[in-house]
Amino acid sequence: MKTSIILVAATRLLTALLLLFSIFMLLRGHNLPGGGFIGGLIGATGFVLYAIAQGAEATRRTLRYEPQNIAMVGLGIALAAGVFAAFFGEAFFTGQWWFAGADPSDPDDKGLPISSVLVFDIGVYLVVFGSILTLVLALEEEV
Amino acid sequence: MAKSGAEVPRVYGGPAGWISVAVPAAIFAWMLQYVGPVSDGNPVLLALDWVPSMDIRLSVLIDGLSLTFALLISGIGALVTLYSTKYLGNHPEYPRFVLFLMMFMVGMLGLVLSDNLIALFVFWEITTISSYLLIGFSSDEAKSRRSALQALLVTGTGGLALLAGMILLGNVAGSFELSVILTQGEAIRAHPLYVPIVILFLAGAFTKSAQFPFHFWLPNAMAAPTPVSAYLHSATMVKAGVYLMARVNPALGDSELWFWTLVIAGGFTTVFASILAVRQTDIKQVLAYTTLMALGALTLFIGTGSPDAIKGMMAFLVVHSLYKAALFLMIGIVDHETGTREADRLRGLGRKMPLTFLGGALAAISMAGIPPFVGFIGKEFLYKAGLGHEQATWWITGTIFAASVLMFVAAGIAVLRPFTGKLADADTPQTPHEGPWAMWIGPIILGVFSLGFGLFPDTVEAWLVAPGTWAVYGDYDYTVDLYLFREANAAFLLSLATFATGAFLYTVHRPMRAWLGRVMEANPIKFDPGWDRVLDGLKAVAGWQTRILQSGVLQRYIFTIFATLAIGVGATMYLKDVLNFRVDWAAEFDGLVFKHWAVLVFITAGAILTAITSSRMTAIAALGVVGIGVALIFIMFSAPDVAITQLLVETLVVVLVAVAMLKLPHLGLAKDRKRRPVHAALAGVVGVLVTLVMVAVLQGEIDLAITEYFETASWPEAYGRNIVNVILVDFRAIDTFGEIAVVVIAALSAYALLRGTRYGNTDDEIEEGRK
Repeated sequence: MKTSIILVAATRLLTALLLLFSIFMLLRGHNLPGGGFIGGLIGATGFVLYAIAQGAEATRRTLRYEPQNIAMVGLGIALAAGVFAAFFGEAFFTGQWWFAGADPSDPDDKGLPISSVLVFDIGVYLVVFGSILTLVLALEEEV
Repeated sequence: MAKSGAEVPRVYGGPAGWISVAVPAAIFAWMLQYVGPVSDGNPVLLALDWVPSMDIRLSVLIDGLSLTFALLISGIGALVTLYSTKYLGNHPEYPRFVLFLMMFMVGMLGLVLSDNLIALFVFWEITTISSYLLIGFSSDEAKSRRSALQALLVTGTGGLALLAGMILLGNVAGSFELSVILTQGEAIRAHPLYVPIVILFLAGAFTKSAQFPFHFWLPNAMAAPTPVSAYLHSATMVKAGVYLMARVNPALGDSELWFWTLVIAGGFTTVFASILAVRQTDIKQVLAYTTLMALGALTLFIGTGSPDAIKGMMAFLVVHSLYKAALFLMIGIVDHETGTREADRLRGLGRKMPLTFLGGALAAISMAGIPPFVGFIGKEFLYKAGLGHEQATWWITGTIFAASVLMFVAAGIAVLRPFTGKLADADTPQTPHEGPWAMWIGPIILGVFSLGFGLFPDTVEAWLVAPGTWAVYGDYDYTVDLYLFREANAAFLLSLATFATGAFLYTVHRPMRAWLGRVMEANPIKFDPGWDRVLDGLKAVAGWQTRILQSGVLQRYIFTIFATLAIGVGATMYLKDVLNFRVDWAAEFDGLVFKHWAVLVFITAGAILTAITSSRMTAIAALGVVGIGVALIFIMFSAPDVAITQLLVETLVVVLVAVAMLKLPHLGLAKDRKRRPVHAALAGVVGVLVTLVMVAVLQGEIDLAITEYFETASWPEAYGRNIVNVILVDFRAIDTFGEIAVVVIAALSAYALLRGTRYGNTDDEIEEGRK
């Protein structure tokens, strides 16, 4: 199957854009539509496009890490985010928050919220991203 | 095996040996500190929360019963591991053996000490698994593997029944803590679930303690190395079932069902096993069957349930552990140093192996129940309890009398015959000689305890038997009194009769054995071959149903799945009568505007095209249209998160399926044409059913309580405004974690499958590829 040169040229840009967009979706997810699941899907779409245009081998080189390893690391991060609460004597998966630079006197000022929940969402992102690419690349290589 | 012939055994050089001795010895010393409080009638309760939300705690209950067991487990454990350093020390897999043995010991200690039913069950299963590994230790022998699997399946099945029983009991009693459950005997016995609870508990206990009809695995388990037989299959693990029955006796005992089941099964096992014991020629097998007899007697007396019976049971428990472990260790030395365990080939070893003989003789005298050994006391109190019980007096006393007589004979076969008489060198594969000290010290220490406890019965009474009796009987005011001899009462006369009958039978035991052999051969019911037939039947059923279900044709799988769905949903809807509603279609359609109709047409067109096209690519693309149409519906009803996810998943599914489909041959519709009406009908039925379900669901009132909770709690509690995401990552994070774990597993499985098929299609090629 001959691949269109326009597609090949466009994917370099599109993949980068989709990856950036996926991170944007991941980070806004707590308050607006988005989140780790959607972010992971968008990120994976970017690389799926790349794989169609450039082939599975080139995609593996660009990814640098085996997609199944990415998924496993994601699962580990999600688990770690859950276990984290246990260090403060709270139940598994209780969200832990740190409001960086918030003004304590103002209840509405949350500063820059950083939380174990976000870490968990990053784990979800990596699992979805890695799992889909595992499947797609393995299928691509079958052809 | 470690039968290394004439060469001097080379002891394994690493630390496994001394660690394995030091650990149980330290535990034994540690447990001794509780003897004081427990013998004063104060059980010790220690607790650590584990899964508090499910009432699962790592709690430890140290009372007379559990302390007796813990001391036996750790004390005999230390002697057995010391013995193993010489018995198996030069075995290449010795460290592995030690690991399994330690794992077993931890499991067994946990089992007897835990106060929580669920924790008890976990430890129960640990002993099952470690027993499997130890029986199958000589894994290159088919017999070992079979025996190990048999023990695992029999005790494992019982374990599952036990778990069910524990859950029922925990729910009935309102707590999984034994210390709470044991105080609620009245309420539990009156509960309608009492009978199932007892049956399930006894299924667990009878399989573990090899009560008839589950007795057949225990003699086979003697395929394990001798230290394992001595430790697991005589002194400790098989008594786990006895422990369990004794433990729950205050809660489940004292009913007709409990009494008759235990008394009949226990009594029958006792006599049946003693007869089989005398029939054997392999001394280890003789001991194996006498262990069965002891387990039967313990069950019998727990069932009898009177304070005297419980006292006799506790005394006999200690007595039996002491002498039986010693005898197993003794026969292990004989086997190790002469190369055989056949009773007919061993004579006059006493002069060559005096210390082994000493240890064995002390144990055997206790086993035969001769005064002043503690075995005599154990037997006396069993007789007394039997004679003193008004129900089934003759059954209890008679079975225990028959068993004691045969026990006397078995003690003679196991020790008197091999060690006395004229030495017959030529008959043994190796020249007999004394074993190393680490081996004979165990039987001697245990034998000395048998004698010491007999001479000073107050010690064993105060330390172990009295606290144990209180715990099992559930009454701390009962006065326990053990003594060697006070008066020539009925029990004492029965003892004299035992000795006379036993001595007579011993003199004729060889012709009797031959005769028993013929009788047993004639018996058509054989349990061990029967077991094989049960397994074969199970495999045949499994093979049959696999051939039906696993056709390997994707279309049939999908057909089966959807047919099951249709039948399940259809039948439920019919039975639950959910279709008795009227829909006001006019009102329903009233709210639809042009954009809704447009999406409906869009989806319907996609679905029809998918069904009628003959090109795969068109079908996939049309299916994508349906998915995107659904995403549009989500957008219209303001669920942006779901819509985005739907769109992305749909896109990726189209790509994935397209990539996969490229590999497949073109649709062979001609071949498939006959089935298409059937498929279409099924698809239609599923479609109609799902639609009906949706309509039915919308007729009911939707409870918005949970939605409202999330709406109000999302920001103040989880600092998030996107409820969907807050639910996913915070409120329901553990569910999400389970889901992403499934995603990873699915991806890895698919990856493995895709890689596996690379090597070709036939099994041979795949096999080749794996290498």
